[in-house]
Amino acid sequence: MENEEVVVIDAKDMNYRELNEKIHEVLNKNPRVKKIILKNVLGQRYIGNGIRKKDLTIEIYGVPGGDLGMFMSGPTIIVYGNTEHAPGNTMDDGKIIIHGSGGDVTGHSMRGGKIFVRDDVGYRSGIHMKEYKDKFPVLVIGGRAKDFLGEYMAGGMILVLNIDREGRDLGKIRGRMIGTGIHGGSIYIRGEVDEYQLGVAADIKEFTEEDREKIKGYIEEFCNYFNLNERVKEKLINSKYTKIAPVSKRPFGKLYTPDLR
Amino acid sequence: MCGIIGFISRKKRMIRGDKIAIALDSLKERGNGQGSGYVGYGIYPDYKDCYALHVFLKNTPTYHKIIDRVKSILGMYGVVVKDEEIPVKEGVLKKEFIPWRFFYHFHDSYRDIENDLMVNIVMEINDKVDGAFVFSSGKNLGVFKATGWPKEVAEFYRLEEYEGYMWLGHARYPTNTRGWWGGAHPFNILNWSVVHNGEITSYGTNKRYVESFGYKCRMFTDTEVVAYIFDLLIRKHRLPVEYALSAIAPKFWDEIDRMEEEERKIHEAIRMTYGPAALNGPFAIVVGTHEGMVFMNGEIEENNTLIGLTDRVKLRPLVAAEKDDLVFVSSEEAAIRRICPELDKVEMPDAGTPIIVRLE
Amino acid sequence: MIPSAVPPKFKVEIDREKCMLCGRCVEECSWGVYRKERDRIVIYSNRCGACQRCVVMCPRNAITVRENTTCWRSHPLWTAEVREDIINQSKTGRVLLSATGNAMDYPIYFDRIVLDACQVTNPPIDPLREPMELRTYIGKKPKKLEFEFVEEEVDGKKIKKAKLKTKIAPNLKLETPIMIAHMSYGALSLNAHLAMAKAVKECGTYMGSGEGGLHRALYPYADHIITQVASGRFGVDVDYLNRGAAIEIKIGQGAKPGIGGHLPGEKVTAEVSMTRMIPEGTDAISPAPHHDIYSIEDLAQLVRSLKEATRWKKPVFVKIAAVHNVAAIANGIATSDADAVVIDGFRGGTGAAPKVFRDHVGIPLEMAIAAVDERLREEGVRNEISIIASGGIRSSADVFKAIALGADAVYIGTAALIALGCRVCGRCYTGQCAWGIATQKPELVERLDVEEGARRVANLIKAWTLELKELLGAAGINAIESLRGNRDRLRGVGLNEVELKALGIKHAGF
Repeated sequence: MENEEVVVIDAKDMNYRELNEKIHEVLNKNPRVKKIILKNVLGQRYIGNGIRKKDLTIEIYGVPGGDLGMFMSGPTIIVYGNTEHAPGNTMDDGKIIIHGSGGDVTGHSMRGGKIFVRDDVGYRSGIHMKEYKDKFPVLVIGGRAKDFLGEYMAGGMILVLNIDREGRDLGKIRGRMIGTGIHGGSIYIRGEVDEYQLGVAADIKEFTEEDREKIKGYIEEFCNYFNLNERVKEKLINSKYTKIAPVSKRPFGKLYTPDLR
Repeated sequence: MCGIIGFISRKKRMIRGDKIAIALDSLKERGNGQGSGYVGYGIYPDYKDCYALHVFLKNTPTYHKIIDRVKSILGMYGVVVKDEEIPVKEGVLKKEFIPWRFFYHFHDSYRDIENDLMVNIVMEINDKVDGAFVFSSGKNLGVFKATGWPKEVAEFYRLEEYEGYMWLGHARYPTNTRGWWGGAHPFNILNWSVVHNGEITSYGTNKRYVESFGYKCRMFTDTEVVAYIFDLLIRKHRLPVEYALSAIAPKFWDEIDRMEEEERKIHEAIRMTYGPAALNGPFAIVVGTHEGMVFMNGEIEENNTLIGLTDRVKLRPLVAAEKDDLVFVSSEEAAIRRICPELDKVEMPDAGTPIIVRLE
Repeated sequence: MIPSAVPPKFKVEIDREKCMLCGRCVEECSWGVYRKERDRIVIYSNRCGACQRCVVMCPRNAITVRENTTCWRSHPLWTAEVREDIINQSKTGRVLLSATGNAMDYPIYFDRIVLDACQVTNPPIDPLREPMELRTYIGKKPKKLEFEFVEEEVDGKKIKKAKLKTKIAPNLKLETPIMIAHMSYGALSLNAHLAMAKAVKECGTYMGSGEGGLHRALYPYADHIITQVASGRFGVDVDYLNRGAAIEIKIGQGAKPGIGGHLPGEKVTAEVSMTRMIPEGTDAISPAPHHDIYSIEDLAQLVRSLKEATRWKKPVFVKIAAVHNVAAIANGIATSDADAVVIDGFRGGTGAAPKVFRDHVGIPLEMAIAAVDERLREEGVRNEISIIASGGIRSSADVFKAIALGADAVYIGTAALIALGCRVCGRCYTGQCAWGIATQKPELVERLDVEEGARRVANLIKAWTLELKELLGAAGINAIESLRGNRDRLRGVGLNEVELKALGIKHAGF
């Protein structure tokens, strides 16, 4: 384990503290490590929490527990399975690629990095994502999102591709209260979205060619990770998207009156 | 202001109870006749494996009903081998309570937890049985106390009829709480007995601390809590004696800060963990201990011993003295010399530093 | 048209005899009360909030500000305030915004509790000569210590030695049980933050960062700063978490239990935006809940996640507003790996809160401390977690009473701001603070001298610390741990039985 670039840890029946301590031990003792493979993961929380090593990949086989990659700043996590509550919570940089679905509040308060989810995500995903200068969080969802997608969103991008694993269309999305309280960033949803599906402070804006250019690279990356063919890729790039963005930077600026005269 | 005295024979020689009464009598100026008491260790050789429960029963015509209730609680876990009124000399004191004793042992299935069970039983009786107060619950020892002067109380309980290898005595001058039989010292739980001169200004903190471990303070006075703290720290938590006493009379932070790292960490941990067990305010105490104490060198004491301790800024007097196999601690040297005029050694212990006397 | 102007709350007068038309008041007043015309100062009393900046700065003492209350017809129910609020809201259709803490006439229990002192039966201790220990550790404590006996050779002899087996979790070491509460950079100016940071470092205590991240100018004091993680997660990354002395999760605030917060876009200057890690000029919105915490087990998850991010080296506190069920909530927190629970009473201050929340939601701090302390004791965990009390602590006597009721330490907020010059005019949310405290305007911020401010705050903490020692000495106690939860040393005066029961104290005379 001292000098190898790939380290395998069998997480069977391991407590999360033990597993995470093992990961940190590998990182401390073996600066050359490039990949850590975690086998038999089942419910262990906080994997990748706070890790900063940029050239590190953590491969997870199984179902990791909540707060996967929380505060993470650099590494790539690839999950072969679904994830629980809040993957990418308050994540700073790096990537999380989920070969499955994400739980509720996927990408909560994410401030940088990218999350790619092959299938669906739960309620309130991308909530309160925010951007600052070069930090631009991106959440790409292959399937669909439940309600309150991008609630309180303050920056970054959410892209919903609305396809199944083989790249077939899923039809019109069903989520409600999309972008409620949004005051920064943008949400792109493939296909039509009705006004009634939007939350307070969210607005449908024109989807321009400039927007298409913005999302193109992320679509390519997505197809690449999940082995979707050229035909599907072309379809996704050339589809019609609905762009949802804030009505204003200060949605609640007119809520209060001073208790003065 | 109160007077305290205690002595122990390191050779376990048996000494008659009237000795301690004579010594305590000379400390009567420190009391006001509102409470005196004694405890003798080794006094029940015929029942040495039984718990000897001394219980105050409210002196009413129906006191037998109280006995029945006590017995029904005891009967749940073991057998009362014998029970009787503690022999007293009538007419010496106004008999507010009838002192009763039960010799008791647990069923075999409870042997491993009998000490914990006994604590629970004492708490239950004191809390739930109206008119009954257990004031002594150890093995082969007994507390004798009442409202009265030292001499009266000794005469009342016919102390000259008992022999023990360790005795503690206390003459009370009640201040913050009323004088009553249960409020007199010593305070006892299992084989712990405490006599105390001083006031525990931290009582509110200490009481609530031990109560969160299931002890119940029902004697309306602060000293009771000291016995429970000793039981908790030394018997239940099995702290080495020296460290337990340091929790009770903590080292100052500036002293701790100057210690070497390992020792400093220990004392820091003690104050952090056992801060609510620290006795604050002026005190000098003499404690008859439980057997099985662990010392910091790993030794385990199989016998009952005697501990003397003052508060860490020495706001109450305490002297220690030795003569052959006898070791004494007392509020005043005169009380010791009253029963042992020639002493080998007399000294004043340092504040907060315990005197621990073990059997040979 | 329905005229909606109401009479000014304050009346500003200039003694024209004394005024020399220097224009200082015009410069100093950030609210625009004064305007200079050729040969006189024109006064707009309706803009005045009685912050006293002009009164203090006028070189001739020529300005008087008085309450202007005479022109409303009095009525016990329809007070002037009620009428004003209705006029305001019927005109604007908006939520009333206010600052400071609860301004309603609820009983202040601290002022109905008296302290004990020694007379005869035990000696009072003179803290000027004898040791008096206030050192307090905030953090998780073990229920009991375990020792193991290891054989060692000393001078050729093998002896056994007791070694501590129990691992003690990281704790904050306070030299005085007074800390400064979380007030964010953004709500407060950088100079205010710097002054307080210097003061706490000097006094051996700690301050809260608030939820606005940590400005780089505060890095040198970071070992005396508790970094806050609130629902907006502003400025929160793994560096921020590791930089501070401890971490505090803010669930709620005494001044506005159950709601989040908005820092208006105009306060998000370049520096604030950098510290919060959000674009300049956008509203910084903290949602009402943490959206990754919808239940107590989710809170436990966040506590542990923060511990993982800091490799279990930082204590994690959880702050909640004092609400009806505070004791049960605190118990849930106590069993979550959290190191301390912060209880913020309904008098807790704020820079901006809806008035209806400030004045009507939450319970008194005194009751909350008593309830939490009692409940944690019933559960047998009181000594394993620290209780920090905050919300309306005004003096050393309040600190003393809070600790005797059951707290380990207190946070002070408004009191520290008053030391910096705040006159509690209650208009923090306007960002116009004339004292340079609750503003981001450079010309106002520079009015607050950091060194002088640090000295004032340190003086306040030291003065209270000295008074605490005197009070302890008089009570015959020489270490603060013997005061903690020592309700025997408190008595109520003029409280009814229910109140006494809730506080767990006796009435004077008993």
